[in-house]
Amino acid sequence: MTLIFDIAWTHVTARLRQTLVGIFGVATGIGFSVMMAGLLEGSQKDFIKQLVDSMPHISVTDEQREVPIQPATKEFDATEFRSLSTETERRGIKNPLALMEALESWLPGSVAPSVTTKALIRSGGRDLAVSIIGIDPKREKNVSKLESQMIEGQLDSLYKASNAIILGDGLAEKLGVTVGASLSLATTKGAPVFARVVGLSHAGNRMTDDNQAIVLLKTAQILDGRTALINEIRIRADDVMAAETLANRVEKQVGYKSTSWQESHQDILSAFQIRNAIMVMVVGAILLVASFGTYNIISTITHEKTRDIAIMKSVGLRSATVRSIFVFEAAMIGLAGTLIGWILGYTLCVLVGMIEFRSGFTDLTHLPILYAPKHYALAGAVGLLSSLIAGFFPARKAARVQPVDIIRGAS
Amino acid sequence: MTVPLIEARHAGRVLHGEITTTLVSDVNLRVMPGEFVAITGPSGSGKSSLLYLLGLLDIPTEGDVFIGDRATKALDENHRADLRLAMLGFVFQFHFLLPEFSALENVLLPMRALGHLNDTKKRERARELLTTLGLADHLWKRPDQLSGGQRQRVAIARALANEPSVILADEPTGNLDTVSSAQVVSILRKIVDEEKKAVVIVTHDPALAAKADRQIQIIDGRIAKESSPKDHAATAAS
Repeated sequence: MTLIFDIAWTHVTARLRQTLVGIFGVATGIGFSVMMAGLLEGSQKDFIKQLVDSMPHISVTDEQREVPIQPATKEFDATEFRSLSTETERRGIKNPLALMEALESWLPGSVAPSVTTKALIRSGGRDLAVSIIGIDPKREKNVSKLESQMIEGQLDSLYKASNAIILGDGLAEKLGVTVGASLSLATTKGAPVFARVVGLSHAGNRMTDDNQAIVLLKTAQILDGRTALINEIRIRADDVMAAETLANRVEKQVGYKSTSWQESHQDILSAFQIRNAIMVMVVGAILLVASFGTYNIISTITHEKTRDIAIMKSVGLRSATVRSIFVFEAAMIGLAGTLIGWILGYTLCVLVGMIEFRSGFTDLTHLPILYAPKHYALAGAVGLLSSLIAGFFPARKAARVQPVDIIRGAS
Repeated sequence: MTVPLIEARHAGRVLHGEITTTLVSDVNLRVMPGEFVAITGPSGSGKSSLLYLLGLLDIPTEGDVFIGDRATKALDENHRADLRLAMLGFVFQFHFLLPEFSALENVLLPMRALGHLNDTKKRERARELLTTLGLADHLWKRPDQLSGGQRQRVAIARALANEPSVILADEPTGNLDTVSSAQVVSILRKIVDEEKKAVVIVTHDPALAAKADRQIQIIDGRIAKESSPKDHAATAAS
């Protein structure tokens, strides 16, 4: 065994340049596949995170999935009615506090109530129709990123004034107001309400930032003209990916439509499956190319040693011994290449992660990189395996050769 | 009667390619201990092929080659390799040393593969062999730092490493100048005379062949002429 190691080690160190080329070939393959995997999966994770953060994981709204059955249908089993006024449902979730309590008793996550309504903001002669969201700041912090999206003031600032309001930064700009300004809110249902701007939020999404204003539950209820109205319960699940199952359970329990983020982004997620397939293919292709490179270099090294193989065999070394020497060499090159490839991959990830992107639509961002041990494990396994195969097959072929064929050729 | 070290019985080697070529045909040959045998003949006559058969580097297609009283044709590769390692030593026309290893390491190779001696003894023996062959100052030089004659002497040292009973040499002086040639020949002669090993050389150099106890001339793969040790002694005396 030490003989095998010594010969392999001598070969590898004596031909340093060739060995380094081999190691570097393996390392680049592994490094770049680690980087691409990190980049692709990172951007995917980042995208999903943005999707997930843009709204509650599950939203229970005061709607039913089925079209409500009209009383006349129940009563007369008729198929069609004309000139009957339909029964309209009262808006809002019935008995929301009890419902939330029931959910909180088992649900792995947090629950918060909210009211959404529409209003007209009037300020300095400008009218803008916006959606008003009434929240409970203490609970809201647990279910959404609103708190972290505040660029001026805090969610708690809502308690500071009567009828306090937080505007999206785009909206504030359109209205030309800043924190401290007062404006009037009008709805079809009640008298205009005067509100004071206590904060600005920035979600990074123009739809939201230009059209959304946040107030306390109470204020939204006044605007809607109905006290105690709650028309959405927002849920943040501890496990994001479990939102869909949770939503089904919640819906069964409460009877209201519960929409998970997966359901509301079905189209994007199905596009993601395609993206996923592309990602697997790209990383697979890089690994494949890398392993071909590895194979090429290592099998060349082995081929160049055909004469040495004949010498060793003529002296009386067994084929298996000779083969082991070259497999051992390939393993050493593969191992060194893998280690350097990991370092290279990590460095590339860090470097690529430092590239800044600035565009008109989004904030300053960096490329999202996912640092996952599995990428390193996968790339390393492919690199090592291809090195071993690259060492094994040419070595087996060379070891099978009768030494006399090579000796004849040489003399 | 002493058992021959190597014996070819009706040994033949036919290459089956596009054209069937007979390299060696129906050779009967016994190599006895303490014998210096020279195989001569024109180039392409099959003398090297015969040597490869005798050295278990190749497998006869007809007949068989015996090492001691052991038939080798049916042996698998590993057995043949083991026999080469323990019983036979090779010297080729080109030095056939491992280029990345020092002279000492090249001589150590067969000993390490055999593994009969401990590390210190192996080194001692390798040093001793090289010193005997006049290479005491070149132990750590790699083949490309040695002259042709020095390399060939390293190859001889390597062939002797495991104390084989037979040394087989294929044109051992073919690439050497006269001084180095004479050196190599006298070394081989010494191995026969002092250590009672057998040496089989292939050569087309009549001067070298004349140093052998027995000359076997091969033409077209067959033994054409054999001169006995007595003839040699007679020629030497005259």
